Amino acid sequence: MAQPDILGQPGQGGPVPAGHRPGAGGARLRRRLRSLGGILLSLALTLLGLLLVTFVIGRIMPIDPVLKVVGERATQAQYDAAYQVMGLDKPIWQQFLRYMAEVLRGDFGRSISTGHAVAQDLLRVFPATLELAMLGTLIGVCVGVPLGVIAAARRGGWLDQIARVVALVGYSMPIFWLGLMGLLLFYGILGWVGGPGRQGIIHDGMVPTVTGLILVDSLMAGDWAAFRDAFSHIVLPASLLGYFSLAYISRMTRSFMLEQLSAEYVVTARVKGLSERRVIWTHAFRNILVPLITVIALSFGSLLEGSVLTEIVFSWPGIGQYITKALLAGDMNAVLGGTVVIGTCFVALNLLSDILYRLLDPRAR
Amino acid sequence: MQNRFPLRALFLASAIGVAAPLSMSAAWAETPAGTLVIAHQIDDIISLDPGQSFEFSGQDVVRNLYDRLVDFDPLDLKAGIKPSLAQGWEVSEDGKTITLTMRDGVTFHSGNPVRAEDAAWSLQRAVKLNKSPAFILNQFGFTAENVDERVSFDGNRVILQLDQPYAQSFVLNCLASEVGSVIDKETVLGHAEGEDFGNAWLSTNDAGSGPFTLAAWRPNEAVQLAAYADYWQGAPAMARVIVRHVQESSAQRLLLEQGDIDVARNLTPTDVEGITGNEAVKVTDELRGRILYMGLSQKDPLLSQPAMIEAMKYLIDYKGMEASFLKGQWKVHQNFLPEGYLGGSDENPWTYDIEKARQILGDAGITSGTVTTVVRDIREYLDVAQTLQAAMAQVGLTLEIQQMTGAQVLDAYRARQVPVFIGEWGPDYADPHTNASTFAHNPNNADDAGLSQLAWRNSWAVPEEMNQAVEAATLEGDTDKRVQMYLDIQKDYREIAPIIPMFQKIEQAAMQQNVQNWTSGGSVSSVMYRQVTKE
Repeated sequence: MAQPDILGQPGQGGPVPAGHRPGAGGARLRRRLRSLGGILLSLALTLLGLLLVTFVIGRIMPIDPVLKVVGERATQAQYDAAYQVMGLDKPIWQQFLRYMAEVLRGDFGRSISTGHAVAQDLLRVFPATLELAMLGTLIGVCVGVPLGVIAAARRGGWLDQIARVVALVGYSMPIFWLGLMGLLLFYGILGWVGGPGRQGIIHDGMVPTVTGLILVDSLMAGDWAAFRDAFSHIVLPASLLGYFSLAYISRMTRSFMLEQLSAEYVVTARVKGLSERRVIWTHAFRNILVPLITVIALSFGSLLEGSVLTEIVFSWPGIGQYITKALLAGDMNAVLGGTVVIGTCFVALNLLSDILYRLLDPRAR
Repeated sequence: MQNRFPLRALFLASAIGVAAPLSMSAAWAETPAGTLVIAHQIDDIISLDPGQSFEFSGQDVVRNLYDRLVDFDPLDLKAGIKPSLAQGWEVSEDGKTITLTMRDGVTFHSGNPVRAEDAAWSLQRAVKLNKSPAFILNQFGFTAENVDERVSFDGNRVILQLDQPYAQSFVLNCLASEVGSVIDKETVLGHAEGEDFGNAWLSTNDAGSGPFTLAAWRPNEAVQLAAYADYWQGAPAMARVIVRHVQESSAQRLLLEQGDIDVARNLTPTDVEGITGNEAVKVTDELRGRILYMGLSQKDPLLSQPAMIEAMKYLIDYKGMEASFLKGQWKVHQNFLPEGYLGGSDENPWTYDIEKARQILGDAGITSGTVTTVVRDIREYLDVAQTLQAAMAQVGLTLEIQQMTGAQVLDAYRARQVPVFIGEWGPDYADPHTNASTFAHNPNNADDAGLSQLAWRNSWAVPEEMNQAVEAATLEGDTDKRVQMYLDIQKDYREIAPIIPMFQKIEQAAMQQNVQNWTSGGSVSSVMYRQVTKE
């Protein structure tokens, strides 16, 4: 098949890069190792930078973490004692070094707003957010991508108009309001879904925690009733988040597709008499996969940060609420721990999309 | 064009999206019998250690996990202090020694017997731990150094040696607060780390003898309690109590109306009104101890003028606010002691009277001026500030409103930098001294005194006679006389004080009709579950 070249997918038949030549195995291994080292170094630097910035912001913020510990009625003596115990009397750089030393030992410290170890808190709140974000992104992709493709293929048609309205509403509707209305309709009036919270009372705490993702844990325990219950609770907030990511993904898909559909290779393909379906899905769509993955990864990443308002409306004990609350209390251990988790996720997502690029786009190999 | 496939795929996808939730219709539910499910804002809990816990929701939990030497009867809060783990007590002739005799046959959740040694150790521990609530016990002259001698035990008796002949009611009221909880010494010492007296462990665990044991606490999510079958006053009717953190009033209301919870504790006036037509639920009003007040900083040249202080009391639209945005949640109350407290007064002499305020100000030559209020980002406070702003504008005064987060406001308030403060005060323990000592007592008005009293924070140099009267009231052994002393102090206070009590909290708990004997703890205590039943 000579088509790929004509259709703008160069590389497969072109000259092979030097490092990929057979016989250059040692060089390739070295390159791989160097790139792995580079990845780890960039991860470490990113996290260090993130931590440093977060730490400094936390310390210059006009919120007094000591008050959260000792309470409003504390005497000056109690206050001073707590101030020293927390190490706040030392210069900022010393505090930061002390914190980093503890983090390297795997100790994220104790949260002053929950009284629990930060690592323990994160193990509880992050899976809650992860579960929601994964399902939300799944909905966003499964609906948003086809919608965007069709909107582009039938530009100006009724489906395109609908897609436009759907996206516009998704961008502009306050999630808080939409969440409450959704609860009122689907939970309050129709009774189709579970109410606020991750689980119903009967199932609460009944499934042993393995991954922290209740859907997965209940399946692993073979508890179908708990699975159904958890699903009925997650479906509404996930659909809501899915709707928002759908709005973004479908708009981006549409504009990527429009760009491709006006390219010469599409004209050529059509002239050759290929079916429209093949032109769109086999040729044009394959070419937007790389930018599309970036869009999806970004949208997934933003859901992982936790949608604070959605979490509040649905009493969803996720990482967004956790960090926000901690920040308002000046609880820097919790904020920094959460930052590390989210930072790592972003770096990992970047890495994942890098790998996917290489798989999908021969030029990137 | 023949791109049928994507269209079909899309329809299929949306069909699944709609059908999935449809297939698992969950109609009106009911919570399991024997389980009490409560929706409440519980994200303030930072510790469940009785020696540390000082947040509203934390105390709600501690009260049910532990017993105290003396306690309130949940079904009769007005009766005041009753025997609990101590079956009786005696006061020495000089009034400085109190001997409490322990009840026999009571066991902790661990199975260990409750001994006088545990009770004495619990009090010593709280003093030495020196966390927020320690001052409640330190008032009796205990310090980390002397508490081992001053609080002791002998056989089944606990002996407290006080530095002054304090009123018996004062001491017992303090012992009934959460910091007076009796802790299982052996269990806690088994989990001690360094010099922490087991604080880290006890913050997330329970070592009490109370009607409930701690099944789980997931911060910002839920607290689960399980009935203690061997409770000495009989196992509670509710085998499980689940308190879920639900931030939003509208979400709490939905859960209640759907039957997924039994009690909703944070409904806004709008939502309470919304459910009044619903036959399945009822709303109970309970007067709580919190006071919504306005503090006028005496550092401010304008606010420190007596005429200004007096005029401000007439510029507050008490009835108007009570009838509108505070409806059902706050009632007019112009005294620093809440109703329900020993010595509480229900005299409310001030009314909203612009003319009178204008006349008072005019007589003092005040015709204009600007002051600032720093308000927490809580809707009610902001509404109060705006109402006040409108009233002040009518007499030529300008009120500038600054909004901040709770932590920022508290920071500024502690630094005595808030000209007009609008906020709440919740009593720390069940004795009138808790509020008298903060509203009407300020032994040192210097900037560097670093006190926590509201009088100090508002830079109010309390007259010496009032300081002395507040101190004397803690020593009056005759309870009737003591009550009269507090009434007198409040009368004088109303005349001159720049810290103006305006409203007292009403807690509206909405619940299913079958929930009986609910109490949030009234004005003197925290919530109690052991007497609650579901029919």
